[in-house]
Amino acid sequence: MKVAIVDYKMSNMFSIKNALDAVNVKSQITFDHKTILEADGAVLPGVGSFQEAMRHLEELDLIDVIKEFIACGKPFMGICLGFQLLFTESEEFGLNKGLGVIEGNVESLSRKLTSVPVPHVGWNTVINPKLLNQQKFGPRSKIVLDDNDYYYFVHSYYVKPKHINDILTVTRYGSHEFCSSIESENVFACQFHPEKSGKKGLNLLQNFFS
Amino acid sequence: MSLALRIIPKLDIKGPNLVKGMHLEGLRVLGKPAQFAKYYFEQGADEIIYQDVVASLYGRNSLHDIISRTAKEIFIPLTVGGGIRTLEDISSVLRAGADKVSINTAAHENPELISQASRVFGKSTIVVSIEAIRQPDGTYQAFTDNGRNQTGRDVIPWARRAEELGAGEILLTSVDREGTGEGADIELIRQVNGNINIPLVVYGGIGSSEHALAAIAERKMISGIAISSMLHYEYLINNRNTEGFEKEGNIEFLKSNRFYSKITPTPLRVLKKAFMKKNIGCRFV
Repeated sequence: MKVAIVDYKMSNMFSIKNALDAVNVKSQITFDHKTILEADGAVLPGVGSFQEAMRHLEELDLIDVIKEFIACGKPFMGICLGFQLLFTESEEFGLNKGLGVIEGNVESLSRKLTSVPVPHVGWNTVINPKLLNQQKFGPRSKIVLDDNDYYYFVHSYYVKPKHINDILTVTRYGSHEFCSSIESENVFACQFHPEKSGKKGLNLLQNFFS
Repeated sequence: MSLALRIIPKLDIKGPNLVKGMHLEGLRVLGKPAQFAKYYFEQGADEIIYQDVVASLYGRNSLHDIISRTAKEIFIPLTVGGGIRTLEDISSVLRAGADKVSINTAAHENPELISQASRVFGKSTIVVSIEAIRQPDGTYQAFTDNGRNQTGRDVIPWARRAEELGAGEILLTSVDREGTGEGADIELIRQVNGNINIPLVVYGGIGSSEHALAAIAERKMISGIAISSMLHYEYLINNRNTEGFEKEGNIEFLKSNRFYSKITPTPLRVLKKAFMKKNIGCRFV
């Protein structure tokens, strides 16, 4: 397994690379179309603003490459902003179109929450909406996210998937509950940072890319 | 369950060494930062803060080496502060492996840096560090350079302004209490906590689990507590090493095998258990 870490000049790619190195998954940071398409798996990371990110992806001609990669059926992981980018559109700094791989939109947390700080920064738990999971994923899912496992979150926006079946976990913050990860065929994407979530996060990366 | 309180070991760095002082002065060498960071990661630290305490006096290369070594060994967020003045500085520290940067002096000199940095690197990457000293009239003033230079700014309006400019988090240090083990400055924390809407990390004075509980008792925006001596001493009890230090730096303290009596060496796990007993959610590894 060789994993392409899609470099679109937006974030610290090295933290993903360090984490994959630590669990012996070979990876390469790249924006080269051929290298990405020939990889056995791919990660779309990302920290920063949605609009900037889409602009960078466009400038590097990566939008179609990412869509083509996902269509091939190989394991694809989106992290944080890379999770949000998969959706139809975001309201961050005006309405902006995303990759549209998963139907749904991205909204601001601060509109929902006033009694707790925004951004949502820190370690929070993920919860499996159980019934849904048994039906849809059962043992087939490669992602093992136990109820009440802690993962590291840093974000001011959250996703609202259109189809409830895409939701893998939800997370509670203050009075609000939002979708913290999705799984749809070969795509797994999460709001939290597996590469910064200690050993649980490393296990998740290892399981997905093995 | 919901968001856990973050327990954040704060490591002050001078050249290649981990140091600790009092009121941010009188630095004594305790060891090698990357070794402490790795230990804290394994013990369940929720984040690590590296503070280059003499950034303006030394070259930055040793710090970059320490950051990149640390980033290969610990898989929790790493915040780096000290001497960060420009967008290029931020970019180079992030490239070395930091996840967030904390800014103090440069933010006072050029508040626009906060908004620029927040736009370029994302709000949550930018931590504004405030060094507070209580004044005779009971107000708090913001200082720079380890509490040496007065900025003329009151802490509360400055914290608010930092938030408006796009800071993702405030790291609030009580210079008066820092390194003393006399407990946090609760009044300072209360005032800042009541005036911002972004996460607040409190620091300075924690010498025991009881102090830590008192410091965060109000919660609201308090999402983390940074701690130094109490954790460093606990590390040293089992891992004392006086070899391999450069000539510079005072290692007499390290050799002496004595600790400052007001500080109770406490393992991270014990501290987290004390929080759990009070129904404050913590993450265990």
